[in-house]
Amino acid sequence: MHDTPAVHAAVHHGPPTTFIRKYVFSLDHKVIGKQYYGLGMAAVLIGMVLSWLMRIHLAWTNFPIPGLHFLSANGAPGNVMTPEYYLQLMTMHATFMVFFVLTVVPFAAFGNFFIPIHTGCEDMPFPHFNMMSFWTTFVAFCVMILSFFVGDGPTLGGWTQYAPLSAIGSAAGPGQGAGVVIWATSLAIFCLGQLFGALNFIPNILDLRCKGMSLWRLPLPTWAWFITSCMGLTSFSVLMPACILLILDHVAGTSFFVASNLVINDQLLPHSGGSTLLWQHLFWFFGHPEVYIAIVPGMGIIAHVLITNMRKPMLSHRVLVYSMGALAVLSYTVYGHHMFVSGMNPFSSVVFSFPTLLITIPSTIIVLICLGSLYGAKLRINAASLFALGFISMFITGGISGFFLAQPSLQILLHATYFVVAHFHFTMAIAALFGIFSGTYFWFPKMWGRMMNDTLGKIHFWCTFVGTYAIFMPMHFLGMAGNVRRYSSFPADYMQPLIGVHQFITIAALFTGAAQLIFLYNFFHSKKYGAIAPDNPWQGTSLEWSTSSPPPWDNFGGRHMVVYHDPYQYGVESSTGDYVMQASPEQVKTDFDEP
Amino acid sequence: MATTLPGPPKVKPLNSPEPVHPGNGNGGFRNLVPGGGEVGAVQDYSPAPSKTGIWVTLAAISMSFAAFTSALIVRQGASLDWHHITLPSVLYWNTLVLLVSSVTLEVARRRIAAFMTGVGNSGRRPGFWLYVTSFLGLVFVIGQYAAWLTLRSEGLYLATNPNSSFFYLLTAVHGLHVLGGLVGLIYVIRKLHRAVLRRTTLDSFSYYWHFMGILWVYLLLLLWIKI
Repeated sequence: MHDTPAVHAAVHHGPPTTFIRKYVFSLDHKVIGKQYYGLGMAAVLIGMVLSWLMRIHLAWTNFPIPGLHFLSANGAPGNVMTPEYYLQLMTMHATFMVFFVLTVVPFAAFGNFFIPIHTGCEDMPFPHFNMMSFWTTFVAFCVMILSFFVGDGPTLGGWTQYAPLSAIGSAAGPGQGAGVVIWATSLAIFCLGQLFGALNFIPNILDLRCKGMSLWRLPLPTWAWFITSCMGLTSFSVLMPACILLILDHVAGTSFFVASNLVINDQLLPHSGGSTLLWQHLFWFFGHPEVYIAIVPGMGIIAHVLITNMRKPMLSHRVLVYSMGALAVLSYTVYGHHMFVSGMNPFSSVVFSFPTLLITIPSTIIVLICLGSLYGAKLRINAASLFALGFISMFITGGISGFFLAQPSLQILLHATYFVVAHFHFTMAIAALFGIFSGTYFWFPKMWGRMMNDTLGKIHFWCTFVGTYAIFMPMHFLGMAGNVRRYSSFPADYMQPLIGVHQFITIAALFTGAAQLIFLYNFFHSKKYGAIAPDNPWQGTSLEWSTSSPPPWDNFGGRHMVVYHDPYQYGVESSTGDYVMQASPEQVKTDFDEP
Repeated sequence: MATTLPGPPKVKPLNSPEPVHPGNGNGGFRNLVPGGGEVGAVQDYSPAPSKTGIWVTLAAISMSFAAFTSALIVRQGASLDWHHITLPSVLYWNTLVLLVSSVTLEVARRRIAAFMTGVGNSGRRPGFWLYVTSFLGLVFVIGQYAAWLTLRSEGLYLATNPNSSFFYLLTAVHGLHVLGGLVGLIYVIRKLHRAVLRRTTLDSFSYYWHFMGILWVYLLLLLWIKI
C-alpha cells in the first residue's frame, strides 16, 4: 500500500460485530455492493437459461425440452412450450436482464462498492437507506420470481408492457391478470430501491469527497455513476407512477390506459376513455434513459480499465465526462423514437428523430476518444483490458445499426424485427455485460482480496466475444429479411428458408452460455483459492489502490485521505515507476494535472 | 450539531469552519489542496449530505408528480368522459392547516437554532412547536380523509370517472408523503430528546415539510382547474 501523509481519523462507529449486521443487514457499502453483485449474478443466470429455452424452441419448435413442464404444466404440455409461454419466458428474460442485471451490477453493485472509496470517505452518507436500497431491490426480485408460480404464470406483454393489452386483465392472455400486477408491483418496488441508491450516490459524490478531491479529480467510473444516479433519479421516479396507474387499472377498475369500447374475446370491456399512448409516453420517458443507465457505467468502467492498462490518460478526461453528461441529457429527448409507428402525430417523428441523430455525436466522441487514446499505447493485454476492448467493439457495432433505426422511414420497415433485437442487444446488453466482465476482472482483487486466473479470463473473453457476434450479427440479416420478433415459431409459409440461421444462432447461444461456466469456475475458485492479491496489482493510481485488498470496514484503516493529483497520472517518472498515485504528495513533471 | 435538553450547546454553530461531517475528511466543492501541498491550510467544509439528500428526494418526488400531472393532462385530452366535480370545501381548510404547520415548523426551527447557539430567547421547551407541527400535519391527513368521505357520500369512487380517479390518486400519494413527513418529524423529536439532533437534520426536514405545503397548493390548483 502506498504510504500517504494522511491524517489519522477518529473512528466514529465501530465495525459490525454480529453475523446479521456484518453479512445480511449490513450497513457497509462494500458488503451491499457485493450483495448487489450476487443478486445480479443470480438474475443473469435465470435470464440466460430463459433465453436458452426460447432459442431452442425457436430453432426446433416441437423439440421437447426435458423438465420444462415442471416450470409450467399449462405453458409446456409435453415439455413443448406454447406460443403464450414463449412470450412469458421472453418477457421475464428481458425484465430480469434489464432491471436486475444491467441496472443492478454496473450501477448499484460496482457503484456501491467503489464510490465511497473513490471519493476517499468511510461509507455512504445514509447507510440505513443504502441497506434498504438493496433489500428493497431483493424484495422486488423475489416478487418477480413469484409470478412464475402464481395463477397462469408471468406476464407475456414484453418488458415494455404496452397498453391496452397490459391493462385489461386475463382476457388478454395468460399472465396478463395477476402476472402484470406482480410485474408492475415488483418494478414499483425496484424503482424505490434504486431511488434509495441515488439518494446515497449523489450526496456522497457532492459532499463527502476527501481533501483535495475536486470534481475533476474523480475517476471516470465515479463520474459515470454520478451521471447515472441523476438519470435514475429522474427516470425511476416516472416509471413508479406509471406502474401505480397500471396496477390501479387492474385492481381498482380505473381507466387510465384502456380506451372506450374495447372488445376483447367478444366481450365489451367496462373501461372507458383511457389513453393507450399515455403508457408508452410514461414508459419510454423512463425506458430510453434506462438504456444509458445500463451503458454509461460501463463506459466509465472500461475507460478506467483501459487507462490503467495503457499507462496513459485518455485524450481528454473532461470531454469524456461532458460526453457522458450529454448522453444523459439527450436521453430524455429521444424517447419518442420508440414510438414512430405508435400512431402519434407524424411530425413528432421528425422532432424525435433529430435528437436521436444528435445523440450519436457524444457516443461517437466517447468511442473516438477511447480509440484515439489506444493509438500508440502499449496496452497490457489481460482479461480486463480485452473485455474493455470488446465493449468498444460491441458498442460500435450496435451504434452503427442505430443510425439506420434513427430514420423514421427505415424504422417503419425494420420496426419489431430481429434487426432491432440485434441493435439493442449489442448496445445496451452485450456492451454493458462486457463492461461488467471488465470491471469484475479488474476489481476482483480489490473486492475479494484474491487474483483471478487471467488465462481462463482470456479464454472466457474469446469464447464470449466470438459467441455473441455469432448470436447477434445474423439477426441483422433476419431483420432485413422481414423476420418479425416475438413470434415463437415459423409456419411452413413464413421464414422457413431462414430457419437454418435461427438454428445457427441457437447453437451459438448455447455455446456462449456454456462459456460462462468458465467465468463462474474462475470466479468461485479464485475467490477461495486464488493468489492473495497485493494492494495495487495493476499499478493503479486512484484511491481504491491506496488501501488494502480487500479494504477494511472503514475503507482506509482510520486514515483521512488527502488527494494531490488527478486520477490518471500515468506515463510520468516518479519514485514508484511510471505513475503517481492520487494520494501521493510527490510532485512530478507532467503534461497536465487536473486542479 | 447537537444539543441537550435543557443545557448549553455542545457543538459549534453551523457556520463553523470545522468539518460538518468529521468522519469523512473535509470534502466539498472548493476544498483543493494548495499548490504547496499544505493540507493544514484547507479550511473549507462540505455542505452536509443530508441537505443534498433532501434536494435529491424532492427532485424524485417532483418528477413523480410531474408524471402524474402529464398523465392527467393526456388522459383529459384523450377522452370524452371527463366530467368536472366540485371539490369538497374541507380541502381549503386543510390547505390552511398545512400552510400554518409550515409556519409553526419555522418557529420551531428558529427556536431550536437559538437554543443550540445559546443566543436569543429560545423559551424553555424548544421542541414545543414541533409537537404543534405534527398535530397540524395529522389534522391535515384526517382532513384529507374527510374529503374522501365527502366524495364517497356523493357516489364518487376511485373508478367512477377519470376525474375522481385522479382526485383520489393525487390526494392519496400526497397524503402518503405527508405521513412520511410525520414519521420524519417523530424522528426529529426523538433526536432532540436524545440530545443528538443535528441542525442540518432539522433544516433538511423543514425543507421537506415546506415542500409538502407547496406541492399541495400546486395539486389543489391542478385539481381546481382540471378536475
